[in-house]
Amino acid sequence: MLRDQDRVFTNLYGFDSPYLEAARARGDWDNTKDIILRGRESLTKEVREAGLRGRGGAGFNAGMKWSFMPKEVSPGRPHYLVVNADEGEPGTCKDREIMRHEPHKLLEGCVLAGGAMGAQTAYIYVRGECYREAEVLQRASDEAYAAGLLGSNACGAGARFDVYLHRGAGAYICGEETALIESLEGKKGQPRLKPPFPANVGLYGCPTTVNNVETISVVPAILRRGTGWFLGLGRPRNTGTKLFNISGHVNQPCTVEEEMGIPLKELIERHAGGVRGGWGNLLAVIPGGSSVPLLPKAICDSVHMDFDSLAAVKSGLGTAAVIVMDKSTDVVRAIARLSRFYKHESCGQCTPCREGTGWMWRVMERLADGRASIEEIDVLEQVTRQVEGHTICALGDAAAWPIQGLIRHFRPEIERRIEEREASPDQRSAA
Amino acid sequence: MPKLTIDGHEVEVAPGLTVLQACESIGIEIPRFCYHERLSIAGNCRMCLVTMVGSPKPVASCAMPAADNMVIHTNTPEVHKMRRSVMEFLLINHPLDCPICDQGGECDLQDQAMAYGFDRGRFIENKRAVKDKYLGPLIKTIMTRCIHCTRCIRFATEIAGVPEMGATGRGEAMEIGTYIEQALTSELSGNMIDVCPVGALTSKPYAYCARPWELRKTETIDVMDAVGSNIRVDARGNEVLRVLPRLHEEINEEWISDKTRFACDGLRRQRLDRPYLRVDGKLRPATWPEALATVAARLKDVPGARIGAVAGDLADCESMLLLKDLMARLGSPHLDCRQDGAALPTAPRAAYLFNTTIAGIEAADACLLIGTNPRIEAPLINARLRKRFRNGEFAVGLIGQAAEFTYPFTHLGEDPRLIEDIASGRHPFAATLKAAQRPMLVLGMAALKRADGDAILAAARRIAETSGMIRPDEGWNGFNVLHTAAARVGGLDLGFVPGAGGLDTAGMLAAAESGALDVLYLLGADELDTSRLKRAFVIYQGHHGDAGAHAADVILPGAAYTEKDGTYVNTEGRVQQAQLACHPPGEAREDWKIVRVLADQLGYPLGIDTLAEVRTRLVAANPVFASLDHLEPAAWTPFGEAGTIDTAPFGAAVETFYLTNPICRASVTMAECVDALGGRQGRKTGTHG
Repeated sequence: MLRDQDRVFTNLYGFDSPYLEAARARGDWDNTKDIILRGRESLTKEVREAGLRGRGGAGFNAGMKWSFMPKEVSPGRPHYLVVNADEGEPGTCKDREIMRHEPHKLLEGCVLAGGAMGAQTAYIYVRGECYREAEVLQRASDEAYAAGLLGSNACGAGARFDVYLHRGAGAYICGEETALIESLEGKKGQPRLKPPFPANVGLYGCPTTVNNVETISVVPAILRRGTGWFLGLGRPRNTGTKLFNISGHVNQPCTVEEEMGIPLKELIERHAGGVRGGWGNLLAVIPGGSSVPLLPKAICDSVHMDFDSLAAVKSGLGTAAVIVMDKSTDVVRAIARLSRFYKHESCGQCTPCREGTGWMWRVMERLADGRASIEEIDVLEQVTRQVEGHTICALGDAAAWPIQGLIRHFRPEIERRIEEREASPDQRSAA
Repeated sequence: MPKLTIDGHEVEVAPGLTVLQACESIGIEIPRFCYHERLSIAGNCRMCLVTMVGSPKPVASCAMPAADNMVIHTNTPEVHKMRRSVMEFLLINHPLDCPICDQGGECDLQDQAMAYGFDRGRFIENKRAVKDKYLGPLIKTIMTRCIHCTRCIRFATEIAGVPEMGATGRGEAMEIGTYIEQALTSELSGNMIDVCPVGALTSKPYAYCARPWELRKTETIDVMDAVGSNIRVDARGNEVLRVLPRLHEEINEEWISDKTRFACDGLRRQRLDRPYLRVDGKLRPATWPEALATVAARLKDVPGARIGAVAGDLADCESMLLLKDLMARLGSPHLDCRQDGAALPTAPRAAYLFNTTIAGIEAADACLLIGTNPRIEAPLINARLRKRFRNGEFAVGLIGQAAEFTYPFTHLGEDPRLIEDIASGRHPFAATLKAAQRPMLVLGMAALKRADGDAILAAARRIAETSGMIRPDEGWNGFNVLHTAAARVGGLDLGFVPGAGGLDTAGMLAAAESGALDVLYLLGADELDTSRLKRAFVIYQGHHGDAGAHAADVILPGAAYTEKDGTYVNTEGRVQQAQLACHPPGEAREDWKIVRVLADQLGYPLGIDTLAEVRTRLVAANPVFASLDHLEPAAWTPFGEAGTIDTAPFGAAVETFYLTNPICRASVTMAECVDALGGRQGRKTGTHG
């Protein structure tokens, strides 16, 4: 269990004020100038070596990502840091807690990450629904400007640094980094083709790095406490702490900071008060937000919550939003609901996702009622494979994975419904 | 030069090419829907996916830049499976109504479904249906067929320069449309029908007319403007059903204007299909011998000085040449091919050509437009100007009526004397032109058809000379005249202008009004004030019952541009030949034959029996006719006469884009366009602010 002194987000629950004075008392903005003055190379290297993997879901090494930015800022093409605060993944509620209660960690992280990539401007793209969070963040930003932590000569380190807040309009797809950039530019939020990658051609055609709120917010702690401290937490290749959101059929749903790699069972039992009705009542867990395949109880018994362990059981850590489902759950209907979400949020740009999400949802709806034939389970499985990996962005994958997980682990349940419906006399007469 | 391996073949391609283009360079065709050579890359149809060694996911070959050491596979079972699955997705919500779809037989989706489609569907849900959109009188939409490739959006935004198309809604509910339902305001909108890979956007006038395999296809030249777009005329029986563009990189690329495409229904209406004679003030049908005898009788003993001839905007060079010969035999110096009275000299050739050439616009870096609205006078030249603008660093200035040109420009003012200010270097835009490496100017007919046209021409020449537009050693000539009539350059090349002591169009009209001219021969000339011709005996040779025919005493029915082998010279001075696609209706005949037989009747045989002989004589009259589709830089010698330029602002050379000649005035489609768009595209009045 994470020791209190290792916690990054000490005001996660808002017991203290989010604003500058209290934040400073918690250690934020402490000698930021000296950290900035370590220089671009050094900052990137430290974060890379600390093994900070992106907290937005893909889990790519953040320092590595920063190192893709051009080494020199060419005239007329400023570098941009874009912070992805468009937290829309169902089950996920970690970034909003940071914006609500620890906005200065995010702002300080912007200054440091900006320094590490040669950016003097950061845009924070806040999900439209997070209205109050945006208010807090704006106020914190105003405070930081007034205190000289942002603006010309930010933190007294001699360079300008600006932070702009932009509120989105609530489209899930705008959380995809290139769609976010499009949206920020005022266009329809549709993912861009890669290459070129944002590090070469991003916001307004300039080199850009998009990072998740949580990724940016832990950067000050890493740089302040040192690489060794961060490496000492978690498991190899999955270092540091992580915010876990536990929702669903648990006794105390919560957001909690824990070490990476904590066993799922321990996470639920210790922090969320256990599964409703006891561990034995567990049916399945979606371990990383709606887009990752669910895990049946047998796997949940022993799996560790980190990127590599979950990938090994054909799921993923994603955003670490743990959705717990007990045995009262209609698991087919639950996944059908997720399919409807992806059908609704598909941007419609590329063919497999536009056409496939609707097809998958419709079949899922019928499977939930058993209004299908057994062969259709295989057709559905094939359709998910036809969507997965063939789209411009990862939304196609996200729509396909939950269904694949369901078929992988709960195929007997789906078949049972079909058979029961076929066997029921009123159905046969109706047909 | 990146070197990559495609299906085991090593290929070296030019830098900047995509994998798809690299595949094409070695003859491997990649199926695609959204990719189009002339549009930006969207990469959304996913049909062109290929596998790349080292990439965990397949790559969209249309968007992936070819790079060194790539290993691409396009012909593996895996790739075929991907293509089949994309095809399945495209078809699940496609209505599969090919039997009633106008795109049938020339549909990319249909063709590729033959290669990659399943023979049955696995999708048993209800199909999506989408409400059709109104895009104006030219484009019919069946939006349920749309596969969301966004080619039309990209065409409208990028090529046509009217960002009126877009996608609304998300996912399955995404729909292509104009946001607020309205007619598209582009003169190039018809090209969206061609870029649409399915039957979502089809031609409204051509709807349910024919199947492509029923049509006889003739490759020919357009005469709706002076651009000389290369077209293909599709006819069934003796009816032209549609006009499509033909690729010509130096002229129209693969686009044509809406007038070129849709005015063809005018070829079926208001046609002069037999000779007519005016008897007791009314026109009555006649036979050819009657009509020719009447003309011969009327011309008998009329001195040449009392006969005039005007060639219209659609006249072919063959008939103009023979008519000029005939007028010479009759002893008349009164002939003109400039109906609008444009002050254009016949020499040097550079004085009346678009010397930069249309493709040459892409090399220019500054442009001065004088009294022209290229968007409606020559939409394809405007499209080139826009293409040049999109490449960046292109300064455009306008003297004349401001309008929406689809690219930004500096409106210098409406006062024609600004031309002199620029010529003398007083105006700041002169510095812009001087600073440019390849400056150009475009002189429109609105500037030349004035009384002071000659002075304007001379002042424009001075601009060209003082701002470095004339650089023969670098092969650059930035002086351009933008014609609006397809026949004009040919007429000037043939010297179809007043001879010594001859009258020009205005002079002939005045003479006809005063009685100084007895006979006026109108070779398809309709853009005249025919009310002034009441006293003269008017012979009208042409194909449509338009203004000229109404004023005629004898009508000799001729052939329209699709009905004869005629030579035309475009505004660049490019000689091109139109081909006969159908025969002239009824008793109408090819124009050069009419002049020839009339000359025989009058006792002045021209000594010509075949088209080949006419063309030999064309070459003798002007060597430029010797080589087709070829441009020779015209020598630069002084022209124009300095004079006083009037302060009156320029008018418009073309009032309504859709109504510039007898064919489009007879077209119902063009009339519908005027109804839908005329107010928006016509000349702005004082109340428009």
